[in-house]
Amino acid sequence: MIELEKVSKVYRMGTVPVVALDGVSVEIAAGEFVSVLGPSGSGKSTLMHLIGCLDTPSGGTYRLDGRRVEGLKRNDLAEIRNRKIGFVFQNFNLLGYATALENVELPMVYKKMRGRERKSKALELLGLVGLGDRAVHRPSELSGGQRQRVALARALANDPEIILADEPTGNLDSQSGREIVQLFRKLHQAGKTVIVVTHDKTIAAETRRVLNLFDGKLVSDSPNH
Amino acid sequence: MHLIIQFFRELSKEKMRMFLTVSAIAWGAANVVLLLSVGEGLGRQMRRGFHGMGENIMIAFPGQTTKPYAGFGAGRSIRVREDDLPLLERRVPEIAQYSAEWIRDVDLKVGEKIQREDALGVYPVYGELRNILPESGGRFIDKLDMDRRRRVIVLGNELRDDLFGAGAEAVGRTIMVNNIPFTVVGVMQKKMQTSCYSGHDKDDSFIPSTTFQTMFSPEYVRNVVFRPRSVAEAPAAKEGFYRVMASRYRFHPEDKETFWVWDTIEMGAIAGKVFIGIELFLGVIGALTLLVGGIGVANIMYVIVKERTREIGIKIAVGARPSVIIVQFVLESLLTVAIGGALGIGLALSLVKGINLIPISHEAMEFLTRPVFSSLLALVCISLLGVIGLLSGVFPARRASTVDPVEALRYE
Ligand SMILES: Nc1ncnc2c1ncn2[C@@H]1O[C@H](COP(=O)(O)OP(=O)(O)OP(=O)(O)O)[C@@H](O)[C@H]1O
Ligand SMILES: [Mg+2]
Repeated sequence: MIELEKVSKVYRMGTVPVVALDGVSVEIAAGEFVSVLGPSGSGKSTLMHLIGCLDTPSGGTYRLDGRRVEGLKRNDLAEIRNRKIGFVFQNFNLLGYATALENVELPMVYKKMRGRERKSKALELLGLVGLGDRAVHRPSELSGGQRQRVALARALANDPEIILADEPTGNLDSQSGREIVQLFRKLHQAGKTVIVVTHDKTIAAETRRVLNLFDGKLVSDSPNH
Repeated sequence: MHLIIQFFRELSKEKMRMFLTVSAIAWGAANVVLLLSVGEGLGRQMRRGFHGMGENIMIAFPGQTTKPYAGFGAGRSIRVREDDLPLLERRVPEIAQYSAEWIRDVDLKVGEKIQREDALGVYPVYGELRNILPESGGRFIDKLDMDRRRRVIVLGNELRDDLFGAGAEAVGRTIMVNNIPFTVVGVMQKKMQTSCYSGHDKDDSFIPSTTFQTMFSPEYVRNVVFRPRSVAEAPAAKEGFYRVMASRYRFHPEDKETFWVWDTIEMGAIAGKVFIGIELFLGVIGALTLLVGGIGVANIMYVIVKERTREIGIKIAVGARPSVIIVQFVLESLLTVAIGGALGIGLALSLVKGINLIPISHEAMEFLTRPVFSSLLALVCISLLGVIGLLSGVFPARRASTVDPVEALRYE
C-alpha cells in the first residue's frame, strides 16, 4: 500500500526553487496496475523516485505499508529498495562490465543470498524474461529490448511487491516495447503492484488506472476500462 | 572475488594513473624499509662498537676534592693505593669484579723492529671486563702469571701485525719490553671499538700487574675498572665505590670530583635513547614519503569514485547499504597499497641483501652498510602501509557512499 499525502518536492537551482512536485496526494493499493502520464517536466520521474525511496519528499508524508518513509535511516531505505521495490529505468542502468547474470544477481548479493542459490534464481529470472541463452553476455552485446529485459529481471530479483518503471519503453522500438509491456501485464496478473511512467497512450491503455501529472500537480486520476 | 575482478578492470582502465600510484607507494614503502634497516644496522654497529671497550663496566679515575673535609682543604689530589682496593670487594657487595690498571710507554722490540707503544699492567679479570678475548691458541693473563710475576704479554691484534707481520703466529714468541724478554701468550681477537680512554686495545699490550710493579714500581693506581653485579645494581655499585673511597681517603662522600667515573651503563642508556631518536627520525622520513604515496592513492580513489558515480548510483538503487559501498572502496585502496607495498618491500629487501654482500674494510662505511631487516621492522612497515591504505580509502569511500542515486542516474 502506497499512500502519498500532499507530497511535494522542491529542487534548488542555485537560489531559484524549482517545484517538481506540488502537493500530490494519491493512494495505490497492492496489486494495482497504474500508468503515470504527463508532459515532459511535469514531475513523473520525481514521483517515481519518491515512491521508490531513491529520494525523499520536501513536504507532505509518504507511507509505504503504513510506515512513514521520511524518518527512516539510510540502511532501512536501502533494505526497502533492495527487497520491496524493483525499479526499471528508461536507460536500463545496467553495470556495463558485468554479465547479464551478474547484473541480475546484484540485488541478491546485497540481500546476502548465497552464491549458488543466487545464480539459479538469476537464471530462472532471465528465463522468465526470455533471455535464458544470454546469461553470460554483457550489456554491450545485447539489444536495447534485451537490456531492458535484463533490467526487469534484476528488478524482480528479490521478489519485490512493487515494480516501478520510468519510461521503460522510451528507448525501445515498438516491437520490443510491446514485449516489455506484456511482461508488466504478466507481473500484474501475478499479483504485483506495477506503476509505469509512459508517454505512450497504447501502453497507458493496458493499465487499469491512469494518473495525469501537469506542472507537478496530479490533475486527473481515472480508472481505465 | 567480484571486488578483485573490478580492481583489475580499473587497473586496465586507469593504467597510467594506477602505475604511478602503485610506484609512489612502492617507493614510499622501500624508503621506510631501507631507512629503518640502515638505521637498525647503524644502531647495532654502534652498540657493538660501544661494547668493544667492555659491557656494563665503570672506569674510575682519581681526581681532586672540591670540598674541605675532616680538616683537609679543598683541591687535594686523591691517590689510590692498590692495597686498598680489596675493600671494594669486601664492603660493596654490588661490585662483582674489579681490576686496577697502570700504563707506561715502552719500547717493544722483535728482531730489528722497535716500536714505542703503551703497555698496560692489569689483573686477569681485565680481559673479561674490557672485552679483550684471545685469538685461538692464546690466552689472557692468568692467576699464575700474577703469583709468579711472570714476564708474559698479550698483544693487540694490530700491534701483533706491526711487530710480527699481518696475521703471523705470535704466541710463544719472545718480545723485548724495554730490553727485558717477555713471552707472548695471547693476541687479542679483532673487535670493533669506538670508545676508549687510553688508546685502542688493538694497539696496546697487556702484562700482569705484578710484573708491571716489579718493572716500574708505581706508587699509585692509575685507574680502576669495575663491573656491578647487575645493571640494576649499577647505581648502588657506584655509590658504594664512592663510599668506600671516601672513608679510606677521607673526603666528603658527596664530593663527586674526587673520582671521574666513566659509567658505560649510563652512557649506553643515553646512547640507546639517542639511537631510538635517530631511528624514529629515519622512520618518520620514510613514513612521510609513504604518506605522499598515500595521498596519491586517495587522489586516484577520488577520481575513481567520480568516474564510477553512475555505477555507485546503480548499486545504491538496487539496495546496497552505504557500508557495502564503503567497504568496496576501502578494499580497493588497500589492495592498491598492498600491491605497491609488496613491490617496495621486496625491492628494499633485495637491496638490503645486496648491500650486505659488499665487502667493506673501511670502518666508517661499516656503520652504513650493514642494514638489518627484522620482523619488528616488517611489522612496523606493514602496519604503516595498512594505516595509509585505510586512510586513503576511507575518505573517498565515504564520498562514494553518499552519492545521490537520482543525481547519479539522471544522465546517460
Ligand atoms: N536534480 C534536480 N535539480 C533541479 N531541478 C530538477 C532536478 N530534477 C528534476 N528537476 C526539475 O523538476 C521538474 C520535474 O522533473 P521530472 O524529471 O520529474 O520530470 P518528468 O516528468 O520526468 O519529465 P520527462 O518526461 O522529461 O522525463 C523539471 O522541471 C525538472 O527540471
Ligand atoms: Mg522523467
